[in-house]
Amino acid sequence: MVLMKNVRKVYESSNTVALDNVSLTIEDGEFVFLVGPSGSGKTTLMKLITGEVRPTSGKVVVNDFDMGTIKRRKLPKMRRTLGVVFQDYRLIENMNVYDNVAFAMRVVGAPNREIRTRVPYILELVGLDGREKRMPGELSGGEQQRVAIARALVNSPRMIVADEPTGNLDPVRSLELMLLLEKINEMGTTVVVVTHEKELVNAFSKRVITIDSGEKTGDSSEGGYYGV
Amino acid sequence: MRLGYLIREGFRSITTHGFMSFATVAIIVACLIIMGSVSLLAMNIDVLIKDLENQNEIVVFVDESLSDEAAARDLQRNIEAIDNVSSAQFVSRGEAMNNFMSKYDATLMEGIDEDVFRHRFIVHLNDIAYMSQTKTELEAIRGVAKVNAHLDYAKNFVTIRNVVTAVSMVLIVMLVFVSFFIMSNTIKLATFGRREEIAIMKMVGATNSFIRLPFVVEGLALGMMGGAIAFLAEWGLYNLVTGRLVNSAAGTLLNVIPFRNVALELFVVFMAISILVGVFGGVNAIRNYLKV
Repeated sequence: MVLMKNVRKVYESSNTVALDNVSLTIEDGEFVFLVGPSGSGKTTLMKLITGEVRPTSGKVVVNDFDMGTIKRRKLPKMRRTLGVVFQDYRLIENMNVYDNVAFAMRVVGAPNREIRTRVPYILELVGLDGREKRMPGELSGGEQQRVAIARALVNSPRMIVADEPTGNLDPVRSLELMLLLEKINEMGTTVVVVTHEKELVNAFSKRVITIDSGEKTGDSSEGGYYGV
Repeated sequence: MRLGYLIREGFRSITTHGFMSFATVAIIVACLIIMGSVSLLAMNIDVLIKDLENQNEIVVFVDESLSDEAAARDLQRNIEAIDNVSSAQFVSRGEAMNNFMSKYDATLMEGIDEDVFRHRFIVHLNDIAYMSQTKTELEAIRGVAKVNAHLDYAKNFVTIRNVVTAVSMVLIVMLVFVSFFIMSNTIKLATFGRREEIAIMKMVGATNSFIRLPFVVEGLALGMMGGAIAFLAEWGLYNLVTGRLVNSAAGTLLNVIPFRNVALELFVVFMAISILVGVFGGVNAIRNYLKV
């Protein structure tokens, strides 16, 4: 669950107002597109959710953690309730597919026995069974993003936050990936997808929150991008 | 947190980042060899100066009233009781005359009785910086007639020793700082390429200690490797240089410190510095990347 109330974020180094007076709520189990043009403040909003930045003013609560006051040492615990997917996949290059996914479980201290059963299950779920031993460099962009989704999913997070997950993929792979995220959402995980790809957003009837120039300019439950 | 996994990760990282591991160890080895060589040179110069100092002796002449040899010898205890005296060797008047005759034209001494010479002690000091004070203490002993000491020589030696000590200390301190700077920057460079990896770890919920421990293990292993290689290289280098020096014509006069006399201290210092640099350099280098 995400709750934002009158959130303002100013980057002091450049005195840039990235978000201004943004209020929104994302309930557990929702699938939400967060859309807007480049530089609109989408990524800042996502960073507020992942705890990479703190709000200048206003309230941000993510999965019951108050992100304005959370102690630095509590951040790992909060992040374990999230699965984060990036545009550039961010896989560890010198680890194979299996280890990249297992790594997220090792971080939380999961026993080996559990890792050995859970990782193959997740890899099968994202359609990567049989590719366990491959290194990231040996996979296509779509496959690498599936590994990133498997890593985000492996610890059963309450929410998956994906920042431009289809940015480096062709339209067919993008659609496949969105269908995978939809499947994950149907299994009960909240999914927040940050994107600026109109066609993709409009292909799904999901809630769309629009951000422009740091302000929330739209929030429709089964909307499209810019009303298209 | 699973300790075994994190330790394995630390060792795995050494091989997966092979070139940077090699660069780190090479820099540690180079810096330690330079530091060690300068320190060993300074230690040898110190020993050389001390040798020269020891050749600077004090002659204590026994009073005529103690013409009896046994009575004169009794003074030895009083002389050796002085703190700064390292040794006192008795020379009878007969031996003194023979020494004199062996050095000069014996015909000059024809018909001269040995009684012309006095019994004496050849005294060596622990520290010639206190020669003047020791001379006064020797003169105060009942039965001592006169004390001959080259105070001006002593003063010069002390000045040379102080200058050499100061210069070598400054050099070593400078080298330690420069080495720490170079070594920690090499480690920083080695970890720079891994900031992305650390960011991923943070994003999947790794605690700082989970991220840090493999770096500690890696730093410890690389540091120990660097320290051990540097020690062995220094050993070989020192024996090679001193071996050639001692076998040369000028070297026969030199008294170099055998490596085994300093091996333990050098090993401990090398290992301590390299482990310290490896562990703290690694942990310090990733500190900024942990603030995400």
